Amino acid sequence: MADALIQIENLKKRFNSLQVLDGVNLDIMRGQSIVIIGQSGCGKSVLLKHLIRLLDPDEGRVLFDDEDISELSSRQLIEMRRRFGMLFQSAALLDSLTVEENVGLGLKESRMHTEGQIKQIVAQKLEMVGLTGVGRKRSAELSGGMRKRVGLARAIANSPEVLLYDEPTTGLDPIKADMIDDLIVELNSRLNVTSVAVTHDMKSAFKIADRIVMLHGGKIEFDGSPAEVRATDNEVVQQFISGSSVGPIKM
Amino acid sequence: MELGFYALGRHGIRIITKVGGIFVLWGRFIASLRHIHHSPGLISEQLYVLGVKSLPLIIIISIFVGAVSAWQAAYQFKFIGAPLRYLGQAVGKAVVMELAPVLSALVIAGRVGAGITAELGSMKVTEQIDALESMGINPVRYLVMPRMIACLFMVPLLVLFANFIAIVGGLVVSVIGVEVSSETFLFGFRDSFKLADLINGLVKAGMFGFIIGLIGCYEGFNAEGGAQGVGRATTTSVVISSVLILVFNFIFAVILFRM
Ligand SMILES: Nc1ncnc2c1ncn2[C@@H]1O[C@H](COP(=O)(O)OP(=O)(O)OP(=O)(O)O)[C@@H](O)[C@H]1O
Ligand SMILES: [Mg+2]
Repeated sequence: MADALIQIENLKKRFNSLQVLDGVNLDIMRGQSIVIIGQSGCGKSVLLKHLIRLLDPDEGRVLFDDEDISELSSRQLIEMRRRFGMLFQSAALLDSLTVEENVGLGLKESRMHTEGQIKQIVAQKLEMVGLTGVGRKRSAELSGGMRKRVGLARAIANSPEVLLYDEPTTGLDPIKADMIDDLIVELNSRLNVTSVAVTHDMKSAFKIADRIVMLHGGKIEFDGSPAEVRATDNEVVQQFISGSSVGPIKM
Repeated sequence: MELGFYALGRHGIRIITKVGGIFVLWGRFIASLRHIHHSPGLISEQLYVLGVKSLPLIIIISIFVGAVSAWQAAYQFKFIGAPLRYLGQAVGKAVVMELAPVLSALVIAGRVGAGITAELGSMKVTEQIDALESMGINPVRYLVMPRMIACLFMVPLLVLFANFIAIVGGLVVSVIGVEVSSETFLFGFRDSFKLADLINGLVKAGMFGFIIGLIGCYEGFNAEGGAQGVGRATTTSVVISSVLILVFNFIFAVILFRM
């Protein structure tokens, strides 16, 4: 494993009596674009949050750049998080701020850019996600799909090395969804960003992934290229990608 | 019976966790003060939102606090046959030492403390605090520090106002309702006024502000379970800070006024 940027080792997490993650092992290579699939409530968002230590594991560990992230000092943790960008499932925009302020917040608070530079970067990122002219609006005034895209613009604002997308295309019309997929692919190929995306949208998964991982029963059920996913005889994966209510996955 | 012990134990653990968490937040607040010079905008915003905007409420309650203390004092004086020319002394002492700091703090706990918990709590349950952390922003510096600073400075300032307004309220009632002249009232007030009393009242107010800010932020940061959870946290925040205000006020009195 020469070039694993993120290593997840035997990660376990429970909430009260619910064992959500039950020994997840996953190595994420530099520049890779991983898509995590799995049924609703199986722990995809929880897994994503562990990668930047928004949640602490009960057991196991996460390594970033060969360092156990639970051993970082608070200073180092902040530095590490600044190398990441995260799009939350709920977008999680700060509702006391405008769209522009949301997108520029990380840049402003890291105090490494002038106000003029921030303005320029914010305008550029908003354009990349297909949003212009809404900069002055408050996040409460936006539609769900717009919030998602503002969240995406905020995630990519500081040009991070690693992007975590929690359902980047849910709530978007098919054309916007495709545009966002194109953007994700472009960030990966042009800027060599490493990305981990959670999605239910199989069309988008096949488009953006060079590796698809299925989370099931708190463990990695399947790990392979999109072609391998299509060809697999793993019934759980088959049922999931065909979206059938009949199969080994019980409701 | 065993179940009872078990429940008691769990309750005990919850309280210890809470107290520990409050002290940890206190420590993180102190640590975040290093970055105070990077946050003038955030701080001035909170000074305005928490302080200036509480002024109308403080003015209204202070008028009535002063008024009722004059009325009550006069009534008691008549009852025990004390001369009414001491009304200014009585009202002045009561307002400056106890009534203005404590009643203002309780009202501010209801307005500001609840507001802080509701705001931070809803940010918590909608992942906005996670989002801040994901951007490498320390939420204690970004959210807690400005609010704590605002509470620490604005509560004493509001109490200073409350003192002034309450004395005016007392004066008005004395003149109109009790027929003590304003000269007599103000002479009595000046006669008994000690700078040390005022300063003690303001120090207390600072302590109350600290309690309101710290408990407000702690409860907000630990809210969970949607809108209902935020509501619960807000209630808890006001209850705990009100109780702590009264308890610490008593401790302060015992330390200060040894008999
Ligand atoms: N903070 C929390 N407290 C308690 N339980 C939680 C918490 N966060 C997540 N869970 C539980 O963990 C499980 C996994 O949640 P998670 O959000 O990761 O699901 P998911 O795979 O992202 O689902 P979806 O596709 O619907 O977003 C759920 O059953 C959820 O109830
Ligand atoms: Mg999710």
